[in-house]
Amino acid sequence: MTAPTAEIEEQPNDWASVRGGVGDRIFSGLALAAGLTIMAALAGVFIFLAIKGATGFSKSSDVYGPHAESFLGYVFPLLVGTFTASIIALIIAVPLAFGIALVISHYAPRWVATPVAYVIDLLAAVPSVVYGLWGAFYLAKKLVPMHEWLHEHLGFIPLFGEPNVSGRSPLTAGIVLAIMILPIITAISREVFSRTPRLHEEAALALGATRWEMIRMTVFPYARSGMVSAVMLGLGRALGETMAVTMVLSVGFDMSWNVLATASPTSIAANIALKYKERSADLLNVLVATGLVLFLLTFLVNFAARWIIGRSERRMAR
Amino acid sequence: MNHPATTLEQAPAERMHIPLTHPRLPQRAEWIVAGIAAAFGALLLVLGVPTVGAAILAGIAFLVVLPVWSLAVEGRRGATDRLMTGLIWTTFVVAIVPLASLLWRVIDQGAGRIDGTFLSYSFFKTQIDQPVGIYHAIIGTLLVTLGAALISVPVGVMAAVYLVEYGKKNKLAKAITFLVDVMTGIPSIVAGLFAFALFTLIFGPAYVSGFGGSVALALLMIPIVVRATEEMLMLVPDELREAAYALGTPKWKTIVRIVLPTALGGILTGITLATSRVIGETAPLLLIAGATDRTNMNPFDGAMTTLPVLIYGQNLRGDAPAEAIAWGAAFILILIVMVLNLAARIVGKIFAPKKG
Repeated sequence: MTAPTAEIEEQPNDWASVRGGVGDRIFSGLALAAGLTIMAALAGVFIFLAIKGATGFSKSSDVYGPHAESFLGYVFPLLVGTFTASIIALIIAVPLAFGIALVISHYAPRWVATPVAYVIDLLAAVPSVVYGLWGAFYLAKKLVPMHEWLHEHLGFIPLFGEPNVSGRSPLTAGIVLAIMILPIITAISREVFSRTPRLHEEAALALGATRWEMIRMTVFPYARSGMVSAVMLGLGRALGETMAVTMVLSVGFDMSWNVLATASPTSIAANIALKYKERSADLLNVLVATGLVLFLLTFLVNFAARWIIGRSERRMAR
Repeated sequence: MNHPATTLEQAPAERMHIPLTHPRLPQRAEWIVAGIAAAFGALLLVLGVPTVGAAILAGIAFLVVLPVWSLAVEGRRGATDRLMTGLIWTTFVVAIVPLASLLWRVIDQGAGRIDGTFLSYSFFKTQIDQPVGIYHAIIGTLLVTLGAALISVPVGVMAAVYLVEYGKKNKLAKAITFLVDVMTGIPSIVAGLFAFALFTLIFGPAYVSGFGGSVALALLMIPIVVRATEEMLMLVPDELREAAYALGTPKWKTIVRIVLPTALGGILTGITLATSRVIGETAPLLLIAGATDRTNMNPFDGAMTTLPVLIYGQNLRGDAPAEAIAWGAAFILILIVMVLNLAARIVGKIFAPKKG
């Protein structure tokens, strides 16, 4: 098989233009370069953050401010703040997102499903700073009665301590974050839900299952790994979201589990956005170092999510 | 089972009693209950319950009455099904509420602030009584986003060409695909820190410029462009490529003249959507593009305000005029994003390959 092709390539005919070969090499080289640029960019993010932030891990204790002595002490409350807001967001967004995905994939007739999907995409198109503005100026005030109600009735749980009068609490930030991560979780779970084999569904219905039983018996088992990774991608988005948290919360460093108070720690991203202005070289190094921590954290979460998706796709292809 | 004789005798008698159909609620049961719930809500409204509370209570009434009725007639399984159907539709309604509230708020608060001077003046005052506007931020947004598009479109489209046309699922292509997927999850503030670290290491610690912002945004935009282009290129039928090869067309010319034009509509849609996604980014620009009151036309030198950064700045000030400006700017920003989204759809329709 190889011999004849080699022969043809050795003796170019008139119609096989030589210039085409050169153009091909240039063009494929360009395409390869673009692909490598992407890899280089991702590596560059890590390298430049590492160079700039390396010294931020071990500054003298006064750089880390009045609340912490070491880098670990500085970043730990921020990590707690990041995860508090993100987990509140997930608790609210995940059931909603799965429900909407089911509406689009299984419940609504086609003429309803398309506009529903479009409206959810609109949620993704709204800039984060507008969410922040809405959360800070409007939603926070509207949620004050809810804060008071939670404190009054569930105050025995340490999460719901003394509420903040302005409503600008981690709970509010979490609710805004939930709206922001809703579209991505919906989009991915919608995709995996609609990929359930039609025959499985119809077999379940033919055995007399109601629609909900059909979904529980065929759709969920089939989509389980896709749902897990959708949640993780949502988590990755929530961890790195900056503006909504920055604008709703003010900075606090007190370690507390009270999700209704303002003084609870803010998130890593929000802290960077609030502090970068001081532009003192030492603090900037520390901020870049916290950014590196955030980058690695979201990278790991996304990496795991994509790996789970990829694994399930390979299993289904078999 | 132990007494086959008796069961055999009894079986026919029992079988006679098995109904062939299950009792069901009337077909319009949902509408009947919805009517009852609406009436209940209206009654609450008359009794002085606030609108939001009445709507929520009416919704809960619907979610309770229908399953209970179903439990009485259809049994446990039917009731569960009806409850879950109700809950799943509720999720959609719940998600619509914040979107509607946000859009209404932005239009209500923002539209009134928009006029000629708001769009044509900057914050920089040459006279004491000069009106302020957001002209400088609109220009900044357009320049920074244009820069990001100029960087990310060639890289993104060519990378997608490599993945689909040249890579053909080899190890490198697989690695790039995976990294692009992971890259979509990079937090925007990390992209900003990257641009900040890169440019301050090269040009010194006080460096700010619109171009730096473009680089940060490009990092966020490239993966979206790659994914959209890749998907479109894979939709181009192989017959077209093979027909071109059969005519002796070199591969690069096939790609440039046949494959890319066929996929053009989808690619343009993807690029426009990617642009609308990054045009509202704030955090990276805060770090590297800075903020200024003047109109800056040079993206390579000096701070450059964009609409999102301006909104954030006004939010920090927090007084009433600043809040009004913030809502006005938010209105313009959402308008730009919506126009881009609409344009993406129209462009996709216009350039869609002709059928038949």
